[in-house]
Amino acid sequence: MVTLTIDGKEVTVPQGTTILEAAKSVDIRIPTLCYHERLNPIGSCRMCVVEIDGFGHPMAACTTPVEDGIEVTTNSDRLTRIRQDSLKLILVNHPLDCPICDKGGECLLQDLVYEHGIDKVEYTAAKVDRDSLYATPLIRYWPDRCIMCLRCVTACQEIKGIGAISIEGDGYGAQVVAVDPEICQSCGECLQVCPTGALTADLSRYRGRTWLIDRVPTTCTYCGCGCQLELNVQNNQVIAVTTKDGVGVNQGSLCVKGRFGYEFINSDDRLKTPMIKQNGEFQEASWDEALSLVAEKFSAIKAEHGGGAIGGLTSARCSNEENYLFQKFMRAAIGTNNVDHCARL
Amino acid sequence: MAGLAATFGSGAMTNPIKDVLKSETVLVTGTNTTENHPIFANYLKEAVLKHGTKILVIDPRRIDLVDYAELYLQPKPGTDIAWINGLMHIIIKEGWAAQEYVAERCEGYEDFAKNLEKYTPEYVSGITGLSEDELYAAAKLYGQASPASILYAMGITQHSCGTDNVKSLGNLAMLCGNMGVEGGGVNPLRGQNNVQGACDMGGLPNVYTGYQKVDIPEVREKFAKAWGLEADALDANPGLVLTEMFPAAAEGKVKAMYIMGENPLVSDPDLTHIEHCVEALDFFVVQDLFMTETAKMADVVLPGVSFAEKDGTFVNSERVVQRIRKALTIPGEAREDREIIAELSTRMGYEMKYESAEAIMQEISQVTPSYGGITYERIAEKGLAWPCPDTDHPGTPILHVSNFSRGKGLFFTIDHQPPAENADAEYPFILTTGRVHSHFHTGTMTRKGEGLNKVHPEIKAEINPEDAARLGVEDGDLLSISSRRGSIEVKAWLSDRPAAGLVFVPFHFHEVAVNRLTNAVLDPVAKIPEYKVCAVKVEKAV
Repeated sequence: MVTLTIDGKEVTVPQGTTILEAAKSVDIRIPTLCYHERLNPIGSCRMCVVEIDGFGHPMAACTTPVEDGIEVTTNSDRLTRIRQDSLKLILVNHPLDCPICDKGGECLLQDLVYEHGIDKVEYTAAKVDRDSLYATPLIRYWPDRCIMCLRCVTACQEIKGIGAISIEGDGYGAQVVAVDPEICQSCGECLQVCPTGALTADLSRYRGRTWLIDRVPTTCTYCGCGCQLELNVQNNQVIAVTTKDGVGVNQGSLCVKGRFGYEFINSDDRLKTPMIKQNGEFQEASWDEALSLVAEKFSAIKAEHGGGAIGGLTSARCSNEENYLFQKFMRAAIGTNNVDHCARL
Repeated sequence: MAGLAATFGSGAMTNPIKDVLKSETVLVTGTNTTENHPIFANYLKEAVLKHGTKILVIDPRRIDLVDYAELYLQPKPGTDIAWINGLMHIIIKEGWAAQEYVAERCEGYEDFAKNLEKYTPEYVSGITGLSEDELYAAAKLYGQASPASILYAMGITQHSCGTDNVKSLGNLAMLCGNMGVEGGGVNPLRGQNNVQGACDMGGLPNVYTGYQKVDIPEVREKFAKAWGLEADALDANPGLVLTEMFPAAAEGKVKAMYIMGENPLVSDPDLTHIEHCVEALDFFVVQDLFMTETAKMADVVLPGVSFAEKDGTFVNSERVVQRIRKALTIPGEAREDREIIAELSTRMGYEMKYESAEAIMQEISQVTPSYGGITYERIAEKGLAWPCPDTDHPGTPILHVSNFSRGKGLFFTIDHQPPAENADAEYPFILTTGRVHSHFHTGTMTRKGEGLNKVHPEIKAEINPEDAARLGVEDGDLLSISSRRGSIEVKAWLSDRPAAGLVFVPFHFHEVAVNRLTNAVLDPVAKIPEYKVCAVKVEKAV
């Protein structure tokens, strides 16, 4: 174990812990931008700089390991100036298009700029028109908003193990591109970790402001992983699916179906009324008509041939509660064990 | 699940998903995990990249996970029992078996071990097409690792010998002492959001909730009492399984069917036959979100609601019971499925009345020992893994820790059985079916919007470039694929994932329904169709 002091507070942590993690363990917050809990430290943004007694240069807390006896300062006029300068340099390129950015209201960059009170950027740079060269029809890349933090590239590599995207070009011309569009699965891990609106869900574009959305926590309706997600609801429409980092088996990740496969919910093709087939054509019916007919037919077949002449298929799509009622109905009301579902298919 | 239940006494994933981070080796077979369980695949990759776990893939298709594998073996389709027995033969011979564990916790070992003697590398190589060196290397990779986990899915079960395939994997895990330990286990990846829950809830013809058997008198009496019925009111005989119900309809034994949220007219084998069976029904009711291919054939269609419009619970692959929550109002006059069932039941003279989904869960926990401690309050933030017998119980992430559910783990003596249909001169290719990453099951949900269709707009048949060259087929050309049961036309996608002689077609696309070709031959125990092997001929369409 290593003991050090952070802002006058004594902290003991295992060797190899970074200063950022050590500070976090005693609830000292150091501002970060490129750092993400699920990723190895990237060290690209310079927001988490701290002073270490005896060292001339401020150090990045996310990549600097603790050492015995060091004294760390996380907040000073000098550090604030460095952080402000880092943010200003980002803002030279990053447009303040927050009014039309889908990330507005929950953008880490927006929060940091606000926190550091930046009302003016003294620097300017020539405007470069950049094409969006991203891999997927579901994720939109806004090159001007990209701050080159590398979270997306790192997540695609480290969390998904895919490496479909990379940074191409250097300095001013650098941008995120698909190095291998064929292997990109549009899972959206990149947009999940993007701290700004540089990567957004294209299906959700301009469909709702973050602060007006209701987020309802639920379980994904596709495979058996059971990922935890939030349905983003506005005006009784699901307009996006989001996740919380660290929640559920998925820890914030989703696949392309979980993240973008929600359109069926509000589809115009949804059945909205019971239907009865007459002379080969479906006619709309009331619930009373439809359920009377079903009850009458099932009862007649049961009376004549026994409950075993009726079969029921319950559903791996439906909830436990519905499955329970369905088999109870088949067994108690119809009187048969002819109940199964598609577990085998 | 029948195979695992027979071996260990309980048919479900034995270990949590995260456990693979603790495995020394993970055997991945019959699961294309990156496409079908992408989040599980995240953990497998993390295990390799950060924890030094080694992955052993044994699969007729060269799945993407092979890029992360220490070793990949490509056996002929339908030869799983042979290679599993072959690995165990080597493991015993080399002294890698967990002798103490086997002696203490298992039974049936003597006969089982004796039967393995004939599965020499030479013999197994002849059946599977794998080399003796490959078999030895795989046996070493799994046999010397501790702990080692086994993951499988429908690539193991959807065979005419599927139950025996699963039992064989159970044998392998027990032989190496990998049951009931962190990072070990035999883990079937469940393909649908609540297929585990539908089984748990008694959506099966032989059991009530929590796998309580219908042919045990005390169990029937308990349910009759709980449901307010006469003590002898419930049917003592197990009912028909799905794959028997349709033929029974054709024979006139089943007169009416009620289907909730399933689309068998795309998902079932030998579709042309299924259509014929459904036409023979006197009365057919379908409850669904959409006018599916199945609903189109119904006499009455009842509009249910999606997971976004109701409260309830799903059970994931690792037996964790988790909440779903109502986020939207119900469209049009559609009704919650539970209300439809209750109303129908009441009209038939058996009254059902529940205030809420939660009230139903309260009844479930009363009649189901393994759900005894599951309440909405307890799972509000985080799910619980069953068995969870009472409200103080923390749930059971790992099964069979000190004892197997059935007491001792049972070794089964199993021999290789060839698939029901083999490639021959007229049908020289083997067809295997499955899913792609961007779509789900019969496509009723994933093919409704724009998004996922942009990513994966159309059906394609994966064919090995070697075969394609021989047939004069280029990428994107139209193929005609026929079996003894039917024929489809589908675009070719040249890919090295299938070995030469194998074609893969996904089953999401009703307009090109691959299940017109598949064979409805069933595993005799689990009654699962042999989707993974049928003989076809492949030609360039004219």
